[in-house]
Amino acid sequence: MSRISFTIDGVTVQAIKGQSILKAADAAGIYIPRLCAYRDLVPHGSCRVCSVKVNGRIQAACVQTVIEGAVVENNTPELEEYRSNIIDMLFVEGNHFCMFCEKSGFCELQALAYRFGIAVPKYQFLYPKREIDMSHPHVYVDHNRCILCGRCVQASQSMDSKNVFQFIGRGIRKRLQVNGDSLAKTDLKVTDEAVSVCPVGALVRKRVGYETPVGLRRYDEAPIGDDIEPGKGDR
Amino acid sequence: MAAKGTKYTILPLTRVEGHGKVTVHLNDSGVVDRARLHIVEFRGFERFILGRPFWEIPVAVQRLCGICPVSHHLAAAKAMDRIVGGEQLTPTAEKIRRLMHYGQMLQSHALHFFHLSAPDFLFGTEGTAESGFAAPVEQRNIINLAAKYPDLAVQGVMMRKYGQEVVKATAGKKIHGTGAIPGGVNKNLSIQDRDELLKSIDQMMIWSRGAVDIARDYTKEHFDELAPFGSFESNHLSLVRESDGALDLYDGVLRAVDKDRNMILVDVNVQRYLEVLMEEVRPWSYMKFPFLKDLGPEYGWYRVGPLARMNTASFIDTEEACAAHKEFRELQQGANNITMCYHWARMIEVLHSVEKIRDLLNDPDLQGKDLLSSGPRREEAVAIVEAPRGTLLHHYRVDRNDMVTMCNLIVSTTSNNEPMNRAVTKVAKDHLSGRKDIPEKFLNYIEVAIRAYDPCLSCATHALGSMPLSVEVYDAGGALVDRRVRGSGPNET
Repeated sequence: MSRISFTIDGVTVQAIKGQSILKAADAAGIYIPRLCAYRDLVPHGSCRVCSVKVNGRIQAACVQTVIEGAVVENNTPELEEYRSNIIDMLFVEGNHFCMFCEKSGFCELQALAYRFGIAVPKYQFLYPKREIDMSHPHVYVDHNRCILCGRCVQASQSMDSKNVFQFIGRGIRKRLQVNGDSLAKTDLKVTDEAVSVCPVGALVRKRVGYETPVGLRRYDEAPIGDDIEPGKGDR
Repeated sequence: MAAKGTKYTILPLTRVEGHGKVTVHLNDSGVVDRARLHIVEFRGFERFILGRPFWEIPVAVQRLCGICPVSHHLAAAKAMDRIVGGEQLTPTAEKIRRLMHYGQMLQSHALHFFHLSAPDFLFGTEGTAESGFAAPVEQRNIINLAAKYPDLAVQGVMMRKYGQEVVKATAGKKIHGTGAIPGGVNKNLSIQDRDELLKSIDQMMIWSRGAVDIARDYTKEHFDELAPFGSFESNHLSLVRESDGALDLYDGVLRAVDKDRNMILVDVNVQRYLEVLMEEVRPWSYMKFPFLKDLGPEYGWYRVGPLARMNTASFIDTEEACAAHKEFRELQQGANNITMCYHWARMIEVLHSVEKIRDLLNDPDLQGKDLLSSGPRREEAVAIVEAPRGTLLHHYRVDRNDMVTMCNLIVSTTSNNEPMNRAVTKVAKDHLSGRKDIPEKFLNYIEVAIRAYDPCLSCATHALGSMPLSVEVYDAGGALVDRRVRGSGPNET
């Protein structure tokens, strides 16, 4: 494997040719915020939270491969504002009530909002009318909280070898659809990876909410990104 | 100016939770005909939790209030215990929940007594009840209390803080925690938290005894003024312990007594509440008016809260509060119907709560690891707890897909709706009849009478806000003649 080098915010990073900037940064201990990107799922650059500047042009770090000698900007006020605006828009576009959401403390959207210091969204809430599908005996889908990241769609296909989820519609009408009349009519199992990968409270196992006490939840002790770049997420 | 066929409206009310206004209706002779406490906020929780997963409800409904969220948290959790068939909690789970509840009772009562009500008692000239209630508004506030009675103000702060620390240790947060889950709790009490809380428990006992003394002495010393103030004969309702009728703030059966302390509702299982209770809707208030079904709306209304609990409970199962309860009972034959005795009763409950906290902290069950129970699934459940302000009822239906399909909440301030209206009417009749103007102190009197109930109007109608008060005067034809407004907000009606 041929190795190349480039810089992120002036720090020289070694990477494998063909690797994404996001993966190379992770390996180098530099956190680039992300939302739709997830471990081994094929990145598709849909949320744009991982936007960085590569030689002056904004690119999604999850899909942009490393370039020898590239100058990557990550932790800059301009990019932080872009990312913060995206998080802000995701909040107002759905119905996210963190105060009683069972994913609170585990939610990546909430954790990013904390990381970016978003106390109250600056955009107007849209309060869309969305459904909750409780038909499945062990899992439910709350479309109010879906951010259309696509993780479940891809995980169902590539990790579970199923096709439980798909997107329908375009633009503001885009939404998650299950492959059947309801979730109960699909072949989804509670153990499917598709259920585990949801970054928010949209796809959730039933009857386990709040079993983890406040203080012991994933993001109670350390902010999101702290596992990659410790000590940089506190505001 | 009082005119023929006149109605006065008072807003805003201060040092109570939520928005409300009072109207006083005079007859053609200038005598008070009736007075009404209007709740001008809107209730919505029962509607917007429909369609949500049942395990979400104990966390969601506590957002009704920031003062006693634990009450809603526990009432909903108890209902959901029944939904999952886990109402027979493990010893650790029940004791953790009780500890949480006593912590909340302590913090809520301490806040009310030391910071909201104490200014009414302490700032008179030479200490008569009349002068205390009538002291200028700029004196009757927490800032002045802290300046003139710093030790008392600090006690209030520290007792409230202690109660909140108990809640945090059991629920994870001081406000809006997640400790109680369907069938049990999500954590036990750590040794570290236990030891930290034990450090201050002796001081809490000392201050609690002192608080009972203050309330008792004040009541006895000013008895002639306090006894008739906003007082009236009524029924009283609360939970009592099923086995022996003892005061039980967390669980039990429904008991009601009449003005003479004759039992009129004999230890009814809470699942049967619809057989014994009804709610009436009146067009001028967003709050309903509950009453005992057998007696009807005219005679079946009742009081809840500390005063009611002192009247319904056969005894208190902690030593010092039990003695205080006996002394309280000796004040009156039959039931105690004195509105201002709510304060004394409230402090007896503080003492009881601190005794309970002390006993629980020394109970090794709190470090147990068996936290959850379950059993046959149900689709409907009722649960009741005694919240700081009184009996709190939650009733839910949950479908087979785990979704809430029906919710009814009867909160304590709703039960005290008719009593507060009676108290306001009594004060108005005693202090406004025959006058041609609204004296400034009358605004104070109205507030003092309402405040005795420690109402949470935001909770009762399920919205949030601070509480402003105005008085409006209407003639017999319904036209606004005069208005007095007081409070920090604008002079809107």
